[in-house]
Amino acid sequence: MRLAQHMSVASERVRSTVIEANEFPELSRAYQVMGVPKVVINDRVQFEGAVPEPDFLGAVLQAVETP
Amino acid sequence: MPILNPRDQAAVRKEFERIAGPVKLVVFSQSLAAPELCQQNEQLVREVAELSDQITVEILNLAIDRERAEAYGIDQVPAIVVEGNRDWGIRFYGVPLGYEFSNLIDSIIVASTGEPVLSEETLASLRALASDVDIKVFSTPT
Repeated sequence: MRLAQHMSVASERVRSTVIEANEFPELSRAYQVMGVPKVVINDRVQFEGAVPEPDFLGAVLQAVETP
Repeated sequence: MPILNPRDQAAVRKEFERIAGPVKLVVFSQSLAAPELCQQNEQLVREVAELSDQITVEILNLAIDRERAEAYGIDQVPAIVVEGNRDWGIRFYGVPLGYEFSNLIDSIIVASTGEPVLSEETLASLRALASDVDIKVFSTPT
């Protein structure tokens, strides 16, 4: 999922962490990772599978919206 | 025994022709926590760094270099921070092999250029962000 890293470079606000799910079973359990890639943004918005850039951006914006 | 075979090395060298400036790979290890994975991760990072004279490596210990770990927000090992002329916020947890390996190589290149390959619309939206965004990408090597 290269979009996440490119977004990090695009904005000081964005941090991206790629996590090898098999090597971090506790984290994977905590975030209920069933399939990969799984993306979790601000522990609020999540989706599975590769998505086009506009959809990824939409998820980022949704994650920072005031509830 | 090397992790990268000669064919991998040649492919990465070709990719690294796009590196535009210095990159530092800051590696966090902790031999007590995950000895084999940390050792494998260090070896992989060193092998990658050998393929470009623009890449430097710093190996830190999560238990000893606590202030650095905290500053980077690292609390797991093995971990890699990919820095260009500044810390862009790119982190890897676990040994980036397989699919994640190409992700690491791509991250090194974009960290060196500081020029993300994203649409104008995405760039404008990201520039306008008013709060912090933490993206976790769970992946596997295959």
